[in-house]
Amino acid sequence: MDTISQSFALALGMVAHLDPRLTQIVGLSIAISLTSTLCSAAIGLPLGAAVAIARFPGRGPLIVALNAAMGLPPVVVGLLVYLLLSRAGPLGEFGLLFTPTAMVIAQTILIVPIIAALTRQIVEDAWVEYREQLRSLNASWRQSTVTLLWDTRWSLLTVLLAGFGRAASEVGAVIIVGGNIDGVTRVMTTAIALETSKGDLALALGLGIVLLTLVMLVNVGAHLTRQWARVRFG
Amino acid sequence: MKRFIGSLVVMLGMLVATCAAAEQPFIVVASTTSTEQSGLFGHLLPSFTKDTGIEVRVVAVGTGQALDIGRRGDADVVFVHDKPAELKWLAEGNGVARYPVMYNDFVLIGPKADPAHVAGGKDIAVAFRKIEQAKAPFVSRADKSGTYSAELRLWKDAGIDIAKDKGPWYRETGSGMGPALNTAAGMNAYILSDRGTWLNFRNPGDLEIVVQGDKRLFNQYGVMLVNPANHPQVKKGLGQEFIDWLVSPHGQQVIATYKIDGQQLFFPNAGTDS
Amino acid sequence: MGDAEVIAGLPIVASGITIVRGGTRVLDGIELTIEARSRTFILGANGAGKSMLLRVLHGLIAPDAGTVRWGRQTARPINQAMVFQRACLLRRSAAGNVRHALALAGIRRSEARQRVDDALARVGLTAIADRPARVLSGGEQQRLALARASALEPEVLFLDEPTASLDPPATRAVESIVSAIHARGTTIVMTTHSLGQAKRLADTVVFLDAGRVTEIADATQFFAAPRSPEARAFLEGERL
Repeated sequence: MDTISQSFALALGMVAHLDPRLTQIVGLSIAISLTSTLCSAAIGLPLGAAVAIARFPGRGPLIVALNAAMGLPPVVVGLLVYLLLSRAGPLGEFGLLFTPTAMVIAQTILIVPIIAALTRQIVEDAWVEYREQLRSLNASWRQSTVTLLWDTRWSLLTVLLAGFGRAASEVGAVIIVGGNIDGVTRVMTTAIALETSKGDLALALGLGIVLLTLVMLVNVGAHLTRQWARVRFG
Repeated sequence: MKRFIGSLVVMLGMLVATCAAAEQPFIVVASTTSTEQSGLFGHLLPSFTKDTGIEVRVVAVGTGQALDIGRRGDADVVFVHDKPAELKWLAEGNGVARYPVMYNDFVLIGPKADPAHVAGGKDIAVAFRKIEQAKAPFVSRADKSGTYSAELRLWKDAGIDIAKDKGPWYRETGSGMGPALNTAAGMNAYILSDRGTWLNFRNPGDLEIVVQGDKRLFNQYGVMLVNPANHPQVKKGLGQEFIDWLVSPHGQQVIATYKIDGQQLFFPNAGTDS
Repeated sequence: MGDAEVIAGLPIVASGITIVRGGTRVLDGIELTIEARSRTFILGANGAGKSMLLRVLHGLIAPDAGTVRWGRQTARPINQAMVFQRACLLRRSAAGNVRHALALAGIRRSEARQRVDDALARVGLTAIADRPARVLSGGEQQRLALARASALEPEVLFLDEPTASLDPPATRAVESIVSAIHARGTTIVMTTHSLGQAKRLADTVVFLDAGRVTEIADATQFFAAPRSPEARAFLEGERL
């Protein structure tokens, strides 16, 4: 209990004083996770929508695989990316290991399935509703995809945030490929892991509280946006 | 939505800009958790960067993993503490040369209640034997770390074949020094730790140092440049500059001045054959 | 649209249309011709296959047997439109929905602007052009669906019970819009449950019973004296 109350005090203190180290770590966390979310959206949204609309052999297994991949173990993804990006690995020549880019790659692999699978579900529901109308309007596959993605944009915003939340709160993969280098690849979660191993549980939990608050704020924002959109756009 | 995408693009641009701005010369050093978590690097590296303008990016992992990172060419310099493993690594052609830098020592940590009655002893082998006889809980790193290598050597010195004689009392965690200390604190177990990490550890619970000062607890750190012949991208010049600085009188003096609660943690010994 | 040459997808000739669903012949050997500029109403009890037939004629569903020819074409022509029982509107403004349909049809932006304005004016929605479509009332949504369809200037407009869930004033508004669209030269093919509506609007009546056409007749004649016993029974039942 003592540690927990101490953590809240620490967290409040860090936020109140805008501790420069904390701001740097939080800023890097947000920048990396946002970039991963953007990259994943660029892949996951069209992929999810395509799987929702198209009918092709192997579609069923692909959906199962996408859903299963939502639970990809971060450590395994981290290890895989590590081996890929290592100097001794196939992509070694780019020297990406232990850089923020490596972390973006790992996070993107982790959240593309989340975004694709949830997008597939949402777009497929909309497709059931719109299919005849879009066919009647002679919409091509591409046009249908774009129309559905745009029409479900408010729901998809929540999907993107789910991806962002996973990216921002994940530690297993980014600590392996980022190396938790102070000032370069140290983000909120790896900082928490480090403080935990130093036995500074209060500081670790304090950082955790800051991270939770951040993720919560983002989600409250998303919730309000959706509420507003539902009233505004139906 | 368009404004939203616009702001994302701006943020992305800022990220790229930040990365570009950070294009100060840097090296990647694979090192051990003990040097990072004891706070030594926080004391040492700013001083080095001030002197040379070279940024040092530390990846702090176990000695075994640090050597592996070096072997794969993912770091420029390896700074670890497991001499036999280091010599083997060198012999395999992974590095250029080994420079002894400093030492600290291991300490045996245990519960204040001391169920194995080892407290105050000066012979670590005796203490290990007593722990084994009492079947008192003992937390082992059980990873490829320098500390674990040292622990295994100590069991051997005590005449115990730990692989054969271990029982439920011997808890293999497979984790870093900090997490292993957390585990030991939670279970009130004995554990071998490097002194620096222990002094910097904030969650000791009921644990304290029970055995220290035995010569066999000596913990030597060495630094090696990753072999540029294997990995052409290794920053040979910058890496060697770091090594030279560490073993220079100035670097050695900076190491000696790192203290926690008035206690010196690392003892420079460059130039010896340790 | 007054040009005979432009009307390439008419008449619509359906022959031997059969659709099997779950072992049942939902449509069974339908023979039917939709003449240009006609107002053809497909009547029949629930489950007779009215909506299914409409979709086959629009080319949304391929029949299991039989063929549909649109003029000389065997492929579904693009200059048709359909209004569904529940207006399927996108989460955009009223005008945005019409613009979207025109964009899909490849209409140039400059031309589209005028067409959107005209179509909204035709259905009396100019004042709420910028309101989000999904929060409009049921009647307004159906009028918007009609605006969207008419903006495409289709040769044929299919309507599947467009007034089924509307109140009488909204129903009357829809009927007058359909008449106006027909007056501009568009062929109308429509299903309805309302005999009154069919009487007010139809030229030709196609009567369906259990997936078969039992009667195709001139509307006045059909309502005065249906020839087939099924249609007679249906009209009598409705009068009760």
